[in-house]
Amino acid sequence: MDSKSSACSSPNPNPTLGPSKLMLAFRFLRALSLVRRTTPASSRTCRGRRIERAAYASMAYTAGASRAWSRAVLRRLHHRARRRAVAPRRLSTTAGNRAEALRRLVPGGGGMDYCTLLEETADYIKCLSMQVELMQGIVDSASSYGP
Amino acid sequence: MSSRRSRISEEEINELISKLQSLLPETRRRGPGRVSAAKLLQETCNYIRSLSKEVDDLSDRLSALMETMDNNSAEAEIVRSLLRS
Repeated sequence: MDSKSSACSSPNPNPTLGPSKLMLAFRFLRALSLVRRTTPASSRTCRGRRIERAAYASMAYTAGASRAWSRAVLRRLHHRARRRAVAPRRLSTTAGNRAEALRRLVPGGGGMDYCTLLEETADYIKCLSMQVELMQGIVDSASSYGP
Repeated sequence: MSSRRSRISEEEINELISKLQSLLPETRRRGPGRVSAAKLLQETCNYIRSLSKEVDDLSDRLSALMETMDNNSAEAEIVRSLLRS
């Protein structure tokens, strides 16, 4: 059988700040600053939702326009005031209908062929976990700051 | 949107699935043994859901922390500690 899986090593649990992580941190922190300046101090829930949108926006901008999922995220964020888009176009082949649950979870997943879906999913997962790591780092740092 | 190829080979799919497998936390516990594609897709869905939930929870926590953090030196300290990691 194939031995390609042996080449897949687990990701380093404590990666140093690579270039895209740094870009992500920069974007997200800048967005956080903006949220703080523009959201009234009393509305914690509203601020929480804005922070969440800032998280996805930072992820998507850092991933760039070459990824279908990041384009879908930005479309969704920019059009959130309007009606929800119609149900995504379904491909008619068996390959196109595979993994329906995954298609709903990956932004833009509805119109992709199966191969693209798998590639986009891998990239989306990497970026999502990087975002989570970043936010956890900020929370840890902010929690331990001060007396 | 057109698909890039007219025939998707089984091998390409297996390779992509294998790559996905290496990203999942369950793989680190279980090791790189073969898992059925269906199980893997299910684990992938679960992982994406849990990551999205974490973003949601962490956003709430950041919002709460923001309320108490009202000076720029706190922000500077956060940036410094991030750059150190």
